[in-house]
Amino acid sequence: MSDALYTNEMLESIKKVEASRPSRIGFEPRRMTADEKEALLAKFHPDYRKENFETLAMGPNKGERVPEELASLLQAHSRIKAKDVDLKNPDYDVDVLVIGGGGAGSSAAIMAHENGADVMIVTKLRHGDANTMMAEGGIQAADKENDSPMIHYVDALGGGHFKNVPELLYKLVTEGPGAVKWLNDLGVMFDKEADGTMITTHGGGTSRKRMHAAKDYSGAEIMRVLRDEVINRGIPVVDFTAAIELILDENGKAAGAVLKNMETGELLVARAKTVVIATGGAGRLHYQGFPTSNHYGATADGLVLAYRVGAPLLYAYTLQYHPTGVAFPAQIFGALVTEKVRSLGAMLINSEGEAFMHPLETRDVSAASIIRECNERGKGIQTQNGYGIWLDTPMIEAIHGAGTIEKRIPAMLRMFLKYGYDMREKPILVYPTLHYQNGGIKIGADGMSDVENLFVAGEAVGGIHGENRLMGNSLLDIIVFGRNAGINAAAKAKTIDKTGKLTLDHIKRFDEELKAAGIKTDKVSPQLLPRYTHGNPKYEAK
Amino acid sequence: MENMVNVFIMGKKYSVPSELTIMDAMEYAGYQLVRGCGCRNGFCGACASVYRIKGDPELKVGLACQTKVEENMYVAQIPAFPVVKQTYDINDIRPTEQIMMQLYPEIYSCIGCNACTKSCPQSLNVMQYIAYAQRGEYAKCAEESFDCVMCGICSSRCPAQISHPQVALLARRLTGKYIAPRSEHLEKRVDEIKNGDYAEPMKELMAKPLDELKNMYNNREIEK
Repeated sequence: MSDALYTNEMLESIKKVEASRPSRIGFEPRRMTADEKEALLAKFHPDYRKENFETLAMGPNKGERVPEELASLLQAHSRIKAKDVDLKNPDYDVDVLVIGGGGAGSSAAIMAHENGADVMIVTKLRHGDANTMMAEGGIQAADKENDSPMIHYVDALGGGHFKNVPELLYKLVTEGPGAVKWLNDLGVMFDKEADGTMITTHGGGTSRKRMHAAKDYSGAEIMRVLRDEVINRGIPVVDFTAAIELILDENGKAAGAVLKNMETGELLVARAKTVVIATGGAGRLHYQGFPTSNHYGATADGLVLAYRVGAPLLYAYTLQYHPTGVAFPAQIFGALVTEKVRSLGAMLINSEGEAFMHPLETRDVSAASIIRECNERGKGIQTQNGYGIWLDTPMIEAIHGAGTIEKRIPAMLRMFLKYGYDMREKPILVYPTLHYQNGGIKIGADGMSDVENLFVAGEAVGGIHGENRLMGNSLLDIIVFGRNAGINAAAKAKTIDKTGKLTLDHIKRFDEELKAAGIKTDKVSPQLLPRYTHGNPKYEAK
Repeated sequence: MENMVNVFIMGKKYSVPSELTIMDAMEYAGYQLVRGCGCRNGFCGACASVYRIKGDPELKVGLACQTKVEENMYVAQIPAFPVVKQTYDINDIRPTEQIMMQLYPEIYSCIGCNACTKSCPQSLNVMQYIAYAQRGEYAKCAEESFDCVMCGICSSRCPAQISHPQVALLARRLTGKYIAPRSEHLEKRVDEIKNGDYAEPMKELMAKPLDELKNMYNNREIEK
């Protein structure tokens, strides 16, 4: 364990936070009005910084703006030429091919298996290396007496700026309780009272306490159980193998994927009657230079694969910056500090010791408010990597009693203690971190994209959450839409007697489209992994 | 100039900034990680590492993403350790003492050396949770093991060849499914939905004009 290394400025500011703390216990800061929120977002939310976006010049979303890093991957060449692989002798031949081994992919595989399909998972890292594993706070479901799917619907719709696709949101809220029950019956250990009542809290933007949790390991607990279930069922998992190109049949329907062994580089062909993309998010593309809370493989691969075969995206311009990423110490810069810390009572405090906002506004509003406090108002606290705002964690035990932090948010306590910082005694410094891809591939209520036999589930989907997702609706969405995609992909596979002739003709077509649009690039995609060299001059100079 | 330290990555010496984690130090040295790197955040167990500091015989362990480098650190990764994972149908088994005996009988060979506990990067009391599993006290085993990231370092150090993370996972699933009290409010709501109780109100809600929905959102009552 290391020693804490606060700057003098930090120590002075902590004194102000401590001085104002007693007056803040039991006091609830005012929530912003709709107009105040709109003005704040327009001026300070990264989604509104036009200069960091690019308008797509070709493809199904031609004319729409997306982050420039994503544009350069969408409008790039395939990693292969059609002649590089032998499509006539597939290495794998299955009913349902699931690309991605996170929560959505595993749920899809379990349900496809349950429905009698011959299903296989491919994943570029280990099974379970996914954002699901890192989701800390919890999963929403309207299962309490004072709650209903209707109330959940309105919360998510308002939080998403009324852009959520209604039939997808309907599915999310009405199948939420069923999803939690499914997990419970698989053996996920939810936090419960002695009488079995689920312990639920608020998340930013919820009007009812419907956040179910498994301490602050909610996603890890769900992922461990789903992975175990996949193994128990004998579903094959081909790990360290990335899908680098989709394969279509002669009628333009999805029919498999070209795979690449991440270590040996070997190319393999998987033929499938239906394909499920469950590749997750894009945090490792570090839009606008933000750090990220995402796992190592979050590079928007699924969006690239789908776009190249003609599947349109929806809301790809909107990202979620989680308001509370770690700002200090530098070793865990950008790591997630779960929203549950604020659900338990910790407030956001500026350098002067002032509670400058309600701690449970929606994530986009909270992130923008923190950015404003640091940038425009100059009330941030300087760190090695920029600025931060205090998250006053000692308030939690002042409100709920000693021991609460260890009991309810042990992962957070441990993460900071490893570097010598005890959040029970001193507040922690936070700043927004790139957390979630609100947009993604467009799907219908059956989980299928606009390309026939190509299904999508999880963070790779766009539309469920509109332009801003609420806390706890992502763990819910990977289960609801993962299961849905698995069931429907299995059913669709049953209707296909024999897959048509496999082709990769779309690669050439796409290259021609790039050329016609005047795009000159030597970039190939999907990216698969980020590259970090941490300031080593030998590498960074290049 | 940053403060630099010498680390020996799988035996080879590199000079790296002292504030880096083991994972970042490997990348600084030029590695493009494929194995031994997952969530980079202490949750996934992909980056289990063992190390010694020159002059100190003690073998230490840690997650590469959560452990800072030190001068003269000799470090190696254990990106995958073969543990025994028995398969079962969760619907067919019950939290009886016999089930552990059937699936993971090696836990009864524990010699009490406590090497597992000493090696846990999450500081869990591993030997204690194995003792609970031996006695069929699955709820206690589940609670004690809850923060396990399944990195497998404990199993790598165990002379009795126990697969601790898998034993704990079985205990947790048994606890979640069979031992924890049932949530009646959840089952009731699932039945109501299945019964179609919300079909009509949802339809009415979704048919409302946008302005009315906005109004509902902006004026909704928020539970204290």
